[in-house]
Amino acid sequence: MQIADFTFEPERLATPVPIWRATCPVSDWQEVAHAVAASGGRLVSLWGSDRRVRKAGGYVISAAYATAEGLLCLELRLGQQGESYPDISASFPYANRMQRTIADLLGLVAEAMEDRRPWLNHGAWPADYFPLRHEVTGKEAFPACELQDYPFVRVEGDGVHEIAVGPVHAGIIEPGHFRFSVVGEKVLRLEERLGYKHKGIDKRFEEMPAKDGYRLAGRVSGDSTVAFSWAYCMALESICNTRTPARARWLRALLLERERVANHLGDLGALANDAAFTFGLTQFMRLKEDWLRLNQHLFGHRLLMDVVIPGGVAVDLENTGISELLTQCQGIAKEVKNLRAIYENHAGLQDRFIATGRVTKELATTLGLNGFAGRASGIPVDLRADFGMAPYGGHDFKKAVHRNGDVAARVTVRFDEIAESLRLIRLFATELAPGEIVVPLEAVAETKLGAGWIEGWRGEVFVALESDGEKIQRCHCHDPSWQNWPVLEHAVIGNIVPDFPLINKSFNLSYAGPDL
Amino acid sequence: MLKTLFQIGKQGICTEPAPDLGSDFLLPAHRLRNEILEVLGRSLTIREVDAGSCNACELEIHATNNLYYNLEGLGIKFVASPRHADMLLVTGPVSRNMAMALKRTYDAMPAPKIVVAVGDCTINGGIFGENYACCGGVGKILPVDHFIHGCPPPPIELLKGILTAVRLRYGHPIVQGK
Ligand code: SF4
Repeated sequence: MQIADFTFEPERLATPVPIWRATCPVSDWQEVAHAVAASGGRLVSLWGSDRRVRKAGGYVISAAYATAEGLLCLELRLGQQGESYPDISASFPYANRMQRTIADLLGLVAEAMEDRRPWLNHGAWPADYFPLRHEVTGKEAFPACELQDYPFVRVEGDGVHEIAVGPVHAGIIEPGHFRFSVVGEKVLRLEERLGYKHKGIDKRFEEMPAKDGYRLAGRVSGDSTVAFSWAYCMALESICNTRTPARARWLRALLLERERVANHLGDLGALANDAAFTFGLTQFMRLKEDWLRLNQHLFGHRLLMDVVIPGGVAVDLENTGISELLTQCQGIAKEVKNLRAIYENHAGLQDRFIATGRVTKELATTLGLNGFAGRASGIPVDLRADFGMAPYGGHDFKKAVHRNGDVAARVTVRFDEIAESLRLIRLFATELAPGEIVVPLEAVAETKLGAGWIEGWRGEVFVALESDGEKIQRCHCHDPSWQNWPVLEHAVIGNIVPDFPLINKSFNLSYAGPDL
Repeated sequence: MLKTLFQIGKQGICTEPAPDLGSDFLLPAHRLRNEILEVLGRSLTIREVDAGSCNACELEIHATNNLYYNLEGLGIKFVASPRHADMLLVTGPVSRNMAMALKRTYDAMPAPKIVVAVGDCTINGGIFGENYACCGGVGKILPVDHFIHGCPPPPIELLKGILTAVRLRYGHPIVQGK
């Protein structure tokens, strides 16, 4: 069955990238998933909502599928008493953790799903407390208690032993638990347990006025603040049917590319450091610091938080700023080129990078690996180019794609993306149209669904928002790490334990983003 | 190799002077290192714990180690084990799922157990507030010596805050009037 064969009557949302919404009957839920997967589509996000208090409402499960035509947000209406819905993890194995999260937050379970271990609920609140249901405020406090043991999958065999790492890691990193099963120094299996940073962001949104939500969205994952706040604003603007001025669109893209460069610079340094080439770390940290200082100088925040706001952007770029920006891009481009040559000619570094943590294209496709890591495994998806959203369209945007899928490929893609982003920043800065940088949002009569979909530096960032323009009924933020974490479990198999930090860094996934 | 050496030579030293802590404190900034030695008898070691941050505070903590701020040059070092740490640097509003790990890290530290909370959301939960999953501030779990404001605080504020916390704890002989 093709996607076109289903009778959805999708409604197009007022977004600059093609996004549709439609309702899907329960009988079709699994078949649609299957059809999307069979036609090369991806599951972008899966979430649940409680709309029982709304007219003719009930529980709703929503799935966002990326297809060749755009993003399709499908809603499955479960009614007032809904308790379960069909499992789609057969078509999309990476739906597993998202479905477990829905079970933890709403008490709705995916039928026939074998893995029912709680994901976000570690035992700090009761198993029958579902924070996203309307009858609870989210403010309930429960006495401190011992957290529950998590049944990790055991690997049996001669000489197999386990290494437990986390939640507090050795470096300055986010918390999460890794359970390695190893023989000697070889990794047989890695199982992740995340959710340590869950702080109830979904529920928190419901207390906020819609006009302020971008600040919280911008703190879902601090390294992707531009991507998340933009996706949030895109969602709100689609609800309010408001088109941002051209200057604001160009500035937003410029900020997004600055965020991408900042993160790639930092990670390229850290990757060399993990391979004991400290020179790389100091050099790239210097470049990153220069980069962040100019952010502070031009936009008032080193990491660009709260610069993208509903209706446009908060800070304009003056002409003097543009010339500073151009000079910096030129300088950094040259320095990165030199450093790239040093990296490529460094035998020790290449020895650690090449063939380490390999993810084949087949595996990447099955597991939904996305963002630059996906591109490094030969998946040529990049929202900036795929739908020609302004200002990306018409600039001969070059996707950075590689076949090998190892650490070296991810390093190469990052170098290529820096070069391309620097080119784009220069273009965007010189093309800036005169005019306003922000417009007021239009009023709306009823609660609607809005969505935002952005190619962040790590991958696809997605925000679904239900609002009447004033209050937030539901806001779901999706970080690309949801898809990419399970891939890491596969990427390390057969590698040696000391290569884990290197492989991990080459993806640099977010904990805060998916934990919410 | 030549290229690497050339790059190092060309770059030279970019480290900037340590921040001045202002008139409350008599000591000029360049004596910080001696001061830390004087107070602790060794360098200051820090264990960082992320207790539910958005990760931006971590990015800025990382930045204190770059060559501009050169934290290690001031005699301040991040360590992997709480057993080796004088100071606990905490970020995030403390998610309930991290509360126990945070407490255990603190318990594992030897004296002086200085606690510094980094970022606005460590004060009262900030933008994340307090709810079923979020304790709403580091103070709910640990005695905090000093809060560093900002969302996230830039590296220079982090440096100032870390030094201020040491001075607050060891008032004498550093703070004016004592
Ligand atoms: S203080 Fe701000 S930047 Fe730091 S972790 Fe909290 S929300 Fe993120």
